[in-house]
Amino acid sequence: MSKLSIRAVSKVFGAGTTAVDSVSLDVADGELVCLLGPSGSGKSTLLRMVGGFEQPSSGTIAIDDQDVTRLPPEQRPTGMVFQSHALWSHMNVFNNLAFGLKLRKRPAAEIRDRVEGVLELVGLKGYDRRMTNELSGGQQQRVALARSLILEPKILLLDEPFASLDQHLRERLREEVRDIQLRLKTTTLFVTHGQDEALSMADRIVVMQNGRTEQADRPEIIYRDPQTPFVAGFIGTMNFVEGRVENGRFVHPDLSVVMPVSDGPVTLAVRPEALDLISTEDGAAVVHRVTDFGTHGLVDLHLSDGTRLKSLVRSPEPFSSGHAVDLRPRAFAAFRDNVKLYRSSDAA
Amino acid sequence: MTQHIAPPRRIDGTGILLALVLSIVVVLPLLVVGVWAFTEVWRYPNVLPQQFGLRFWEQTLNRADVWNALWLSLTLSAVVTLASAVICLPAAYAFARMRFPGRDILFFSFLAGHAFPKFGLLVAIAAIFLQLDLIGTFWGVALIQLVNTLMFMIWIPVAAFQAVDRRMEEAARDVGAGPFRVFWSITLPQAAPTIAAALLLTFVGTFYETEGAWLIGAPGIRTMPVLMISFINNQMVIQFGAVLSVMLWVPSFIALMFARRVIGGNAFAKGFGG
Repeated sequence: MSKLSIRAVSKVFGAGTTAVDSVSLDVADGELVCLLGPSGSGKSTLLRMVGGFEQPSSGTIAIDDQDVTRLPPEQRPTGMVFQSHALWSHMNVFNNLAFGLKLRKRPAAEIRDRVEGVLELVGLKGYDRRMTNELSGGQQQRVALARSLILEPKILLLDEPFASLDQHLRERLREEVRDIQLRLKTTTLFVTHGQDEALSMADRIVVMQNGRTEQADRPEIIYRDPQTPFVAGFIGTMNFVEGRVENGRFVHPDLSVVMPVSDGPVTLAVRPEALDLISTEDGAAVVHRVTDFGTHGLVDLHLSDGTRLKSLVRSPEPFSSGHAVDLRPRAFAAFRDNVKLYRSSDAA
Repeated sequence: MTQHIAPPRRIDGTGILLALVLSIVVVLPLLVVGVWAFTEVWRYPNVLPQQFGLRFWEQTLNRADVWNALWLSLTLSAVVTLASAVICLPAAYAFARMRFPGRDILFFSFLAGHAFPKFGLLVAIAAIFLQLDLIGTFWGVALIQLVNTLMFMIWIPVAAFQAVDRRMEEAARDVGAGPFRVFWSITLPQAAPTIAAALLLTFVGTFYETEGAWLIGAPGIRTMPVLMISFINNQMVIQFGAVLSVMLWVPSFIALMFARRVIGGNAFAKGFGG
């Protein structure tokens, strides 16, 4: 069983653009870690450096305490699944899966057994004679996964493997991949820009932006206790209100809460589900639109300074557009200079 | 490579009309030549020949120089195609995948040979070959044909190599293949249909090339097209030309049959479209 250790790895491309900026990350044995971030955040570059397809400008990458930083991809114990599946279209499924084993000069009988085994694992038993272009998108991605798994890699790398699939298939496949990963206990690094994917699959999420790690934590902590405004805004929906703290109170024309931090400018962050509304005649916020989703309602609000907020309410009935409401944040966080300053204790 | 699913067939009026016009323009002259080859007497204003026969075939096939020329043309085309592949394919791969100084200029220089009137170029080359004692030799002709093939054998394979998905190559590296193995097992097979098209064009192009073969090869080396010209020049008998012409179809026909089997549908288009 295997662990991955990334130490202060940077990647500077020719034109002087820094794609990855001194990232350190440890992935424990059997752990599935998601690299989550917008495009251009460096998550794919980091993954490709682990796979050996890019050379780090500085830093080291070790697998099971063995330095692999300078090894080419074919000498690394990693297996990569590409976004575009990258199956070899001139070979059938069997040969796609057997290629790596043939390179390792395994006996034919063993190759046959292992191909059969891995096809069963990904639910494609009996598909070995098909050409890859005769398969659906989901089946192609399963074969791509099988092609990596058959070599029993120490580290499995997945580069947005479901990006080209439709929503329904994506959800099904990510459950399947997670099940397989848990069964095989393969140490896995997974790149995605979809927060649903990260939240539903990962043991740990690493949120990246501009080549840096913003936060690395368990999914529920990433959601409940974001350490930077970027993480707060990137995962789920977050309301931000700019204001000041004076004498232990957050002050804003339309909103005021107790906040035991030093005086100065502060960004208040409240999840829509933690922002309660109270209908009052002299309320400060104005309801702009109410959307009824049946199970809950979503209220769009405008503040006097132009800030727009969203509030998730159990029943949208008491609210209608144009009405004034009072804002009561149940749980919130406060940020100053891009770092978390405070989090209210009763955060849901 | 994109997946290609044939749409359901339906009757396409414009398509039929176009096919009809094309077959008249392409097939009719071939048909006339084909009929002439088996004709002994065909005088105006008859629509069909008065007398069919194989007399001119006998006369042609009994000539040793015809067989020599055919054998020479086939050997020459095979040698040139092979040499061109050995020289051009690695170069094409380099052009497609590597960055080096002078790459673009060098790349376009292969076009230059075809951008200017060729005869002047040939005369200049002939002058050089004369000093090198290459005039009238097999290798002199092979060399001049090689120059002609450079464009096809560089440009088309470059497009083929560029069209190969880099991720496929990376996936092969990932499962343990070194760079050479990746080229042999992934890149080359992926580019193969298009490269086969280039080889075919080179073979057929070399087989039918006349100017260079005549200027450099005369008098010792006489390829089929050169022989045909001398036939027509010596005695203006249509049937000789027709018989030779029909004989010249044979390599094209074989090549096209081969192409249909090996290359299939849209590879030619891919070869030019990249």
